[in-house]
Amino acid sequence: MNLAIVLNVVIQGVLTGLMYGLMALGLSVIFGVVRVVNFAHGEFAVVAMYATYLLFVGLGLDPLISLLPIALAFFAIGYFLQITLVNRFVGRSEHEQFILLVGLAIIIVNGLLMIFGPDARPTNLPYSLDSFEIGPLFIDTARVYSAVAALLVSAALFAFFRYTTTGTAIRACADNLTGAGVVGLNVKRLYAVTFGIGLACVGAAGSLMVTIADASPSLAQSFTLLAFTIVIIGGLGSMTGALVGGVLIGVSEAMASFFFAPSMKSMFSFALLVAVLVLRPQGLMGRRA
Amino acid sequence: MLRVENLDVFYGDAQALDGVSIEIEEGAIVAIVGANGAGKTSLIRTIAGMHKPTRGHVYFRGLDIAGWPSHRVCDLGIGQVAEGRQVFPTLSVAENLEMGAMLPRARAERAKNLERIYAMFPVLIERRQQAAGTLSGGEQQMLAIGRCLMGSPDLVMFDEPSLGLAPTIVQSVLQTVRDLNREGLTCVLVEQNVAVSLKLASHAYVLENGRITLAGSGEALLGDDRVRQAYLGM
Repeated sequence: MNLAIVLNVVIQGVLTGLMYGLMALGLSVIFGVVRVVNFAHGEFAVVAMYATYLLFVGLGLDPLISLLPIALAFFAIGYFLQITLVNRFVGRSEHEQFILLVGLAIIIVNGLLMIFGPDARPTNLPYSLDSFEIGPLFIDTARVYSAVAALLVSAALFAFFRYTTTGTAIRACADNLTGAGVVGLNVKRLYAVTFGIGLACVGAAGSLMVTIADASPSLAQSFTLLAFTIVIIGGLGSMTGALVGGVLIGVSEAMASFFFAPSMKSMFSFALLVAVLVLRPQGLMGRRA
Repeated sequence: MLRVENLDVFYGDAQALDGVSIEIEEGAIVAIVGANGAGKTSLIRTIAGMHKPTRGHVYFRGLDIAGWPSHRVCDLGIGQVAEGRQVFPTLSVAENLEMGAMLPRARAERAKNLERIYAMFPVLIERRQQAAGTLSGGEQQMLAIGRCLMGSPDLVMFDEPSLGLAPTIVQSVLQTVRDLNREGLTCVLVEQNVAVSLKLASHAYVLENGRITLAGSGEALLGDDRVRQAYLGM
């Protein structure tokens, strides 16, 4: 076994994992603050993939550019969705929230099937076959760009929560909801902003995802499951945990595909999930409940 | 300044407040006295917009604010120092104070208020970057009061501000209430420490099982046999 090949696989896994991490970050932020699990998360990622595909085919926009308008549009969609729909379900029992969001997921997937049909739509970037050669390593150019973009978006998000007043107010809501009411924070609006941010993350991640997968409605469910697995591994509500979990799952998938078979990658992801649940139920970076 | 009329509040089927009417005049300290579960916190939270009343009115400067959401109530100048302090434990002291100044009415006075609060509680300057959850109970209470004042309130409802604090700190918290009142702040004081709160108060109400059963000046209630028996153990 050649060490360089293994290293190639690991690097590819890390790069993919950063995109996964960004997607999971969206789920984590929504759950951590609004306390609703977005079971339509992967579905939104696929909508973003189609939007990126259309912008590429129609206007020739590179995914790295269309990421920005798509993230903005997804923010607006998330804000609107929270205000109109999800907010009525905040604080209600989990199965009711589950049904609402699963219902939304079904509508999205079948909507996509009606519009685009079941066939996968590839986004053939001019540089999709290029790679950086560093000694014995061959690293996909598109994947490097996407991973860097995912890191930048994540960093922007961290900065938003750390340094802006709105970000601090959102953390305050997550910290102590009664306290938020006491000081007169507009919790409904902050929840809407949070859901918007969560969807902006998944929108950006979906845009980047076209560099590694072809847009297809059938991806949606596995993406939701993937994001959920990552968030549980990283620790519910922990933002760094989502990124770390994403990288971990990315590497695990790449290794499993390489050493065993691509169809076995989920098995290893779930084995990781079970291991984390047994050994550290609060997740790698999660706080003990 | 604030007039509550015939307020009914329910939690599911359980009635927490039953036809409560109180009046708070500008510049006063009004004490609300009662046993645990009598409805004191329910009354405060309903005025603050954190619970919706089933019936009744809450007039603040002539405006009926019953059922308004808390962020709008706070923006009128009704502040609250909540039971259990309710600081944001993972946020720093400075961030906690900043959250008190999110109200539109308070934004312009942010710097001035912050200076005043740091002068009032110098320990908060030292602990500025520390997570609020790591503060002692007394320090958290100072932070809760400071955070409330960051919102430039005209009326503050103190809910059990001395609960769980050491006796010397209780004294200083109650002294703070008195000082703030002298500076013109209207105060509603809910205290387990009945004797002290009645001494501070110009007017007081006794709340029992969600009803107002007695009202009068603080002094009058302090001399009332029923109050002395039930709350002062005399």
